[in-house]
Amino acid sequence: MELISLSPLDLALAASLVLLLALLSWRLHLGVEQRVLIAALRSVIQLSLIGLVLNFLFAQTSFAFIGLWTLIMLGVAGWEVMARQKHRYRGAWGFGIGTLSMFLSSFSVILLALTLIIGVEPWWQPQYLIPLLGMLLGNTMSGIAISLDNLSRQAWEGRGRIEARLLLGQSWECAIRDIRRDSMRAGLIPIVNSMAAAGLVSLPGMMTGQILSGSPPMEAAKYQMMILFLITAGTGLGSAAAIWVGSRRLFDHRERLRLDRLTGPGH
Amino acid sequence: MPLLRLQGLKTRNLAPIDLQIAPGALVFLSGPSGSGKSLLLRALADLDEHQGEMWLDGTPCAALPAPEWRRRVGLLPAEAFWWYDRVGDHFPARHDPQLLERLGFGPEVLDWQVGRLSTGERQRLALARLLAHQPQALLLDEATANLDPPNRDRVEALIQDYRREWAAPVLWVSHDPEQRQRLAQPAPGLASARRLVIRGDRLEEEEPAAGLGLGDPASPITREHQSGPGQRHGILGHAQHGRPQPERPN
Repeated sequence: MELISLSPLDLALAASLVLLLALLSWRLHLGVEQRVLIAALRSVIQLSLIGLVLNFLFAQTSFAFIGLWTLIMLGVAGWEVMARQKHRYRGAWGFGIGTLSMFLSSFSVILLALTLIIGVEPWWQPQYLIPLLGMLLGNTMSGIAISLDNLSRQAWEGRGRIEARLLLGQSWECAIRDIRRDSMRAGLIPIVNSMAAAGLVSLPGMMTGQILSGSPPMEAAKYQMMILFLITAGTGLGSAAAIWVGSRRLFDHRERLRLDRLTGPGH
Repeated sequence: MPLLRLQGLKTRNLAPIDLQIAPGALVFLSGPSGSGKSLLLRALADLDEHQGEMWLDGTPCAALPAPEWRRRVGLLPAEAFWWYDRVGDHFPARHDPQLLERLGFGPEVLDWQVGRLSTGERQRLALARLLAHQPQALLLDEATANLDPPNRDRVEALIQDYRREWAAPVLWVSHDPEQRQRLAQPAPGLASARRLVIRGDRLEEEEPAAGLGLGDPASPITREHQSGPGQRHGILGHAQHGRPQPERPN
């Protein structure tokens, strides 16, 4: 099969549907026309830019340059994890815990996938590395953000219970065990749900894209399965790492609960 | 015989404290709210950062893993927290059934739901939970604040017996002057208790003139009470002693 290239006219036709929607909103006083148009315009600009950037990036063969790009992706994802916390860790930990966990999980999983599973040569070929890493980071980011937020919020709210356990002679690991388990579960629920619903409820975006670009559906399904497995492993490993480091940081060398290492609810 | 000793213990609101509580001895502590009583108990349980050192039965706090120190010094916080649904899950598998009985509970209390307990029941069960872990000393923060007189008497009797039986030193924060008066009296097998009060940032005898013959009434508690400034840096050379603060009128 051949990939059918979209002409500017095709795109304009699709865009006219959005214009129609805006017109409808204006006539019926729904009040969303401005937001719809701005959002549509933003998506045009952002996607064109990223198309250009990827075009440029895929032409690169320098490992250092591509490595740098992946680190930028990691940094942005780490920032996003931090921004989603109600109680952030103070100091470098706020950025560090999420970023380190994503580095450990996403990078090791992607390395494994590219060298052993897909077998790309060289393994850092950007057409494979960048989109796969993007998908992995996007998902592990959500999982880690949920896990960490759960951990710090429950510790903040459960101070009395944690300290009551410490006072009876329990170790810090014992005193925070339930909260840890709960946080791990919370971080994994989204990806477990999307694995369970894959294909029945939603055709995942990657698979849809591959089919549209001409891949046989079965090939697309196999790729999608691999991606789901990688994302699950990455999210699980990343959440576990973040929860371990994060919960350790909540206690000091005398196993005291140190909520002063978190920011308050309003930052 | 466990003896609880603090040397230069410095918490946020109080000047450094030197204090010894002999095996089986009871020391009451009172003072206005916010004066740092609970913080002192938390520091004693090594739950907050603090300066200075403390010993129980000759073992310094720093020489023990923190959980073991906490288990030994037995702090009962003013508010009782529970983390499982069932009361019995908070108790060690083997504990003296008499504990619950003496606080007015039958053995079925272990199957009760924590969410259904009244404030007074929570308080009494928290004491039972603490004693079931057999601490060597007791640090009690308002142990009878929410109790009716019969239950208050039960708690007081149980604590006095624990003192006697295990020679446990007890530091008891109590707002109730009658309780302090009542339990300070000597009882069979129990010496009379010392009553301390926080004034400003210092610990003082509640009634210095009373001279109940409780050990040495002049023994220094707060560092500032020692005679000469030259002695202040004797033990902990680096200790930053509490800033001088004007005496509050009593």
